[in-house]
Amino acid sequence: MSTTTKLDLASSATAKASPAKPRRGLRGSPTFTFWLFTGPFLIGLAIFVYAPILWSLWLSFFEARFTVTPDKFVGFDNYKYMLTNDDFVGSLGTFTVFAAFIVPTTWALSLGLALLVNRMRFMRAFFRSVFFLPTAVSYVAAALIWKMSIFSGVRFGLMNTVLGWFGVENIAWLIDPNPPWYWLVIVTARLWLQSGFYMILFIAALQNIPDELYEAAAIDGAKSGWQTFRYITLPQLRATSTAVILLLLVAAYQAFDEFFNLLSKTTWGRPPLVELYYKALGESQDYGAGSAGALILTVLICAVTLLQGKIMGFGKGDESK
Amino acid sequence: MSALSNRNFDRRTALRAALGLAAAGGLAACGGNNGRGGGSGSGTNLVQMFHAYGEAGTEQAIKRYAKAYKEANVTTQWITSADFESKLFSALLTDNAPDLFEFHPQIQMVKSGQVADLTDIIDPVKDDFNPADIKSHTVDGKIYGVRMIDDPQFFFYRKSMLEKAKVDVPTTLDELMEAADKLTTGKVKGLYMGNDLHSVNDTLIWSAGAQHLDEKNQIAYHTDGVVEGLKKMRTLFTSGNLLLGAPTESWDPSSFNQGLCAIQFCGMWAMPAIQDALGDDWGVFPFPKVTDNGKQSVYNGGWSMFVNAKGKNVDAAKEYVKWLWIDQKEYQEDWATSYGFHIPPRASLAKEADKLKSGNAAEGVRLFNEFGHFDNIGWTQAMRTAFEDVFANCVRKNMDPEKALDRCDTAVNRELKKLFG
Repeated sequence: MSTTTKLDLASSATAKASPAKPRRGLRGSPTFTFWLFTGPFLIGLAIFVYAPILWSLWLSFFEARFTVTPDKFVGFDNYKYMLTNDDFVGSLGTFTVFAAFIVPTTWALSLGLALLVNRMRFMRAFFRSVFFLPTAVSYVAAALIWKMSIFSGVRFGLMNTVLGWFGVENIAWLIDPNPPWYWLVIVTARLWLQSGFYMILFIAALQNIPDELYEAAAIDGAKSGWQTFRYITLPQLRATSTAVILLLLVAAYQAFDEFFNLLSKTTWGRPPLVELYYKALGESQDYGAGSAGALILTVLICAVTLLQGKIMGFGKGDESK
Repeated sequence: MSALSNRNFDRRTALRAALGLAAAGGLAACGGNNGRGGGSGSGTNLVQMFHAYGEAGTEQAIKRYAKAYKEANVTTQWITSADFESKLFSALLTDNAPDLFEFHPQIQMVKSGQVADLTDIIDPVKDDFNPADIKSHTVDGKIYGVRMIDDPQFFFYRKSMLEKAKVDVPTTLDELMEAADKLTTGKVKGLYMGNDLHSVNDTLIWSAGAQHLDEKNQIAYHTDGVVEGLKKMRTLFTSGNLLLGAPTESWDPSSFNQGLCAIQFCGMWAMPAIQDALGDDWGVFPFPKVTDNGKQSVYNGGWSMFVNAKGKNVDAAKEYVKWLWIDQKEYQEDWATSYGFHIPPRASLAKEADKLKSGNAAEGVRLFNEFGHFDNIGWTQAMRTAFEDVFANCVRKNMDPEKALDRCDTAVNRELKKLFG
């Protein structure tokens, strides 16, 4: 409470100095308001995000097996182990390819949905909700529905039933990696879960584009349809697109829930986090190696994000307005 | 504006108070959510952790035993998640760790000081326990866990289906593959060994005449016999005769009971449920031999009680383990035979377990005694995972078995080096 007292004193002093604005002291000052509102979140961020990251950094230089308060310093051994581990390095590669595929696909699908819903004359709110609803579904629940009802390997699984009508043999979608049908399961689940959320972002951005622009374009002779979309809508969505792609990239590398639940006990299709879980953090309890892997992954995500920002011009979005 | 200023101030005060309350509430919530419940009455509070058994009534039974204990207030965490190991291991690192928990004997928990020495409570009744169960829980002469139940795992088959397809009960892996082929029809798959096939990892090693580790704790699973077995498993996997992608895993007899498969790998615990569903139309047989110098095998799994050595109430937890799993024979028998079927590890109890003396249950006990292999305490969870990768890599995916085993060797040797130097 002593802080408050000090602030009171300070505020009265300021009040004397500038009688024109009697109420504006430190208490009313933007600085105080800033800290008042961001303070709790910053504290949360520090405790739940930065502290664990620093702890991981510390752990990654120790042999931390079955403990998170180790005492045996091993230098860069954990990093060496993770970087020479075929499975972990392989998963980083796989997920770079996965990101290169899933990011544009989700981007295009959510933009497409946004354009469709935005053009609707009736029941717009209904369809907006319908497409947005999957966002509220837990990844684990969705993964279980995909695994046990839709893509179950037995004859009464939904997909196998449908294929059965055409005389196609049952397919063990998630169990047999040749051919890699599991990607179909993963990608459909992920698109279903994610595109609704990004669709909302795009709808908001679409509604921000002034009608005058379209009118002006029409007067200048731009044909509605592709031409208008290509030269008016798309450039106007640049800032949103950049943000969406950034979020999607991070999400792709951080994928865990649906992969963990859909592809249990495989050695393929493992995102880096799942790989880390199996190799180090889960049952093996090798927290040193796990932390090293997590930091390698963090550095990779930062690098890819910065690169993407450089290419797409993140933060320069305002210029296009 | 100035007229509003007073109200403005009030609003701020209110906001500050609200924030303070919220923060206090959050802290209080942190402290309260430790799964210990309200500390009613006198005495100590103990927390025990169990994985969720599939049979009806098991959770109630464990809680009923706990309630009957007068010396401490015992609460139960019943973990329904599929990865009980991870939940347990991460809980053991925190202050909210359970005081006692069930698990399998694994040496890393002893070496890292996670489990307490229980020699003093077991010693008086040591001779009554199955010697193999004592051996598998012993490190350097100290006993670290009390076996509650032994769970042999083997194949269950539908007699009528085998008769119809004119198939004999298989004794070699080749015969099993042939049987699976003959038993597969439009609606029924010949064989189910779980979706990831990992339930037969251990038996494949033993049936190929090998073992996980030798006496000196060195790799002993990397043999020609195991390679041959893995190749045959690959053939089986791609034959179309295996049930794959079933809704329930192989520890659950549902696929077998619902007629999705003619033969399923499962455990003794499933017997009452199978009897209910199929009457007498079923039998059991051990994992067939993989090579000529191999032998049929059964995995004698099971669950044991351990005490968290870093817990706050080690002595009270040991007292409870002694009370329930050593002294209370009535509860031990109830636990072993009233829900799923398990073999009591105590000879005196096994003798009295009438339900295990006839029919298929008696056959299960015979297989347990004749073909059973127990856990090797030196074979840890990390090694288990490494060998599961072998199955994933060369049975489900088409990697060369030698290469898959080489990779496993690297991972296992890393563990062995850390454990035994």
